[in-house]
Amino acid sequence: MILTEQQKLNRNLAAMLKGGVIMDVTTPEQAVIAEQAGACAVMALERIPADIRAAGGVSRMSDPAMIKTIQDAVTIPVMAKCRIGHFAEAQILQALEIDYIDESEVLSPADDTYHIDKNAFQVPFVCGARDLGEALRRIAEGASMIRTKGEPGTGDVVQAVRHMRKMNSEIRRICSMTENELYETAKQLGVSFELLWEVHKNGKLPVVNFAAGGVASPADAALMMQLGADGVFVGSGIFKSGDPVKRAAAIVKAVTNYNDAAMLAEVSSGLGEAMVGINADEIKLIMEERGQ
Amino acid sequence: MSLQIAVLALQGAFIEHEQMFRSCGAECFELRQKTDLRRHFDALVLPGGESTAQSKLLRELDMFDELAARIRAGMPVFATCAGIILLAEKIADSEVHHFGGLPITVKRNAYGRQLSSFWAEEYFSGVGVVSMPFIRAPQIESAAPAVEILAFYGGYPVAVRYGNMLAMTFHPEITGDKRIHQWFTNNICTGNL
Repeated sequence: MILTEQQKLNRNLAAMLKGGVIMDVTTPEQAVIAEQAGACAVMALERIPADIRAAGGVSRMSDPAMIKTIQDAVTIPVMAKCRIGHFAEAQILQALEIDYIDESEVLSPADDTYHIDKNAFQVPFVCGARDLGEALRRIAEGASMIRTKGEPGTGDVVQAVRHMRKMNSEIRRICSMTENELYETAKQLGVSFELLWEVHKNGKLPVVNFAAGGVASPADAALMMQLGADGVFVGSGIFKSGDPVKRAAAIVKAVTNYNDAAMLAEVSSGLGEAMVGINADEIKLIMEERGQ
Repeated sequence: MSLQIAVLALQGAFIEHEQMFRSCGAECFELRQKTDLRRHFDALVLPGGESTAQSKLLRELDMFDELAARIRAGMPVFATCAGIILLAEKIADSEVHHFGGLPITVKRNAYGRQLSSFWAEEYFSGVGVVSMPFIRAPQIESAAPAVEILAFYGGYPVAVRYGNMLAMTFHPEITGDKRIHQWFTNNICTGNL
């Protein structure tokens, strides 16, 4: 892929977020708590995934007025979600000068065939992926950052683990392929040979890959980092817990020192109640299946 | 023995600096917690990332005082973007103060949000013309007379040297051009200047 300057800058902004925690916030007060706890960015949204799940109905982009109050409250980057395929919502978010748009399966999809042509935008996009094919299709459309889909709003990390492991094992398989196997695999995955070749050559995705969907504790965050995530999104896990301030700071520390079990033990102590959580196989609405 | 460079690895783009310095022949290791400070190192890298996240972790992990003391004692420091905010004596519109020691005033996110990030090409004194990616970059609003200005963009300094500190508001670590890193190891780390 030949990248424009803006696309390079957008991928590099994502690189600056590495080793960090991106937290879902619904009010300026929560945004300040997240920033003070050491979040490297916040995701501004009206309802966190657990509440979207509970409320049901159609879930849309947040009110721009609400997003602006959060942009004014913090100096770290602010992200916001638009619906899959809803390029008009994305245009609105770009007009707000949002730092990153999440084309997200957490909201109700607006298009059941097409994702947004993200190459047509200046502002960077992050997209969810369950496997290498989804990740590379989103990158081809212009995403400059990938995250696992996980199963948002559950507090159950199993899907995020599954997606991260699958991605890693597929990348290892791609690395060992011959050129003609790569041509065939590109066809099967519905991605360009060129993008697949880049993965084959570098042994990793061409953009950063964060863990998301179901991360609720410092141990969950450390698990995802040890599985190879570049950083972590925490949605409902913080502000649905008993002591958000303490839990947010603990997850930040766990991401920095994900390999140090003694420190993980220390930061995991006395955090109060975790979000209640529902098992991913007990729910009816499966968000990860949205947008492939 | 080759040069030992410690890279602050709490959050941000630290791996890119390690790759650059390794290609310059130095050895690198990461500073993630207080016990990492026991290892010997000749120079310190303060990478890009979010300065609020980094400074919070520096204090919570009890690494701040020891690193501040080493910087004050004259250890060579290579700082980019968020790193220059940690070194600045003053941050505009803010009472917050981190390591300090570099007598400049910086303004955070001075160019605006991500849409206003950009690439430039400018002359870097002693190195030549280099690529400069500015990503939600800070701006050096003023510098004490003793601060040597190595590069300008748009009328503002974007790279400065003061004693053993080399600090810039852009990201040379992501350009694939190692000349600025090499200039630091050849000149500042060896005391040639």
